[in-house]
Amino acid sequence: MLHIINKSPYDRPAFDSALKTGEGAILLIEDGVYAAARGGATEAKISAAQGKFKFYALTQDLEARGIADRVIDGVTTVDYGGFVDLVAEYKTCQSWL
Amino acid sequence: MKFSILVNEGPYTHQASDTAYQFTKAVLAKGHEVFRVFFYHDGVNNATRLTTPPQDDRNIVNRWSKLAEEHNLDMVVCVAAAQRRGIVDEGEMKRNGKDATNLAAGFRISGLGQLVEAGIQSDRLVVFGD
Amino acid sequence: MTTKQFMFVNRKAPYGTIYAWESLEVVLIAAAFEQDVSMAFLDDGVFQLKKGHQTKGIEVKAFEKTFGALEDYDVTKIYVDQESLTERGLTTDDLALPVEVFSRAELGKLMEAQDVVLSF
Repeated sequence: MLHIINKSPYDRPAFDSALKTGEGAILLIEDGVYAAARGGATEAKISAAQGKFKFYALTQDLEARGIADRVIDGVTTVDYGGFVDLVAEYKTCQSWL
Repeated sequence: MKFSILVNEGPYTHQASDTAYQFTKAVLAKGHEVFRVFFYHDGVNNATRLTTPPQDDRNIVNRWSKLAEEHNLDMVVCVAAAQRRGIVDEGEMKRNGKDATNLAAGFRISGLGQLVEAGIQSDRLVVFGD
Repeated sequence: MTTKQFMFVNRKAPYGTIYAWESLEVVLIAAAFEQDVSMAFLDDGVFQLKKGHQTKGIEVKAFEKTFGALEDYDVTKIYVDQESLTERGLTTDDLALPVEVFSRAELGKLMEAQDVVLSF
């Protein structure tokens, strides 16, 4: 399933919480995109979870926050259209509000 | 594919409403159908036509109204959440003895059953909130 | 009417914000529409289930009474995340409702099997 995360991993447990849920895809949007920035504490978590999850981050939110040039390898960037495609691809989606 | 969108936050404080709008536009651009956009919690505040942002800022309410007009969207505001937060249409004004209305064009006030129905009728229901 | 599986994911504590309360209102409506409803409580959401809420002092309606109505609406699938309970020093004895306890991975599987997942 598709997990949509809009919370900074440094503020709230949504990102960690979703990771524990098992497998699927994680889409980072809004403040959630900070999890996709290189050099942070989430980098190791994202590489460790590569077998279980596919990671995506919303381009517009990365750009807005000035981190589009430092996206972790293994995170695919998508625009709003790509967001729609992901929702269509997975039968269920859960927003970790 | 048939999509519905649930908006749980009001405009300006949280990005949720902006993201929901961009997402809805992208759904339509991809040729999918939008069955309904449902506004709940503080999300009902997206439906007040009294909003007056500075001229150089986006007008979130007008933006929704315009999208609804262009694509014949069904935008529903939860009645219980609207009553709590003072979002009023003609019917609610009369029923509750209020002296004004503020519901923006393109929105209608109805019950939570409309959200459940959106879940039943749509292939996907995507939630935006905080 | 079509019956779909609706899961309500509750991850927020009660009273600090209105989300938990307004989520419960949707649960009851979905049940009234005869949908296959389940509720999952994880992270701070487990605090909603803690028994003994005394809300007179903050002048807000307490949850327990409405939780009591869930059974009347045939909402009996109440799932709780073990790890979230343990992390917060709670056991099922502290809870106001009979629940089924699952690991996070098991909850993930249940979530994945749904038609609609709603979170507030």
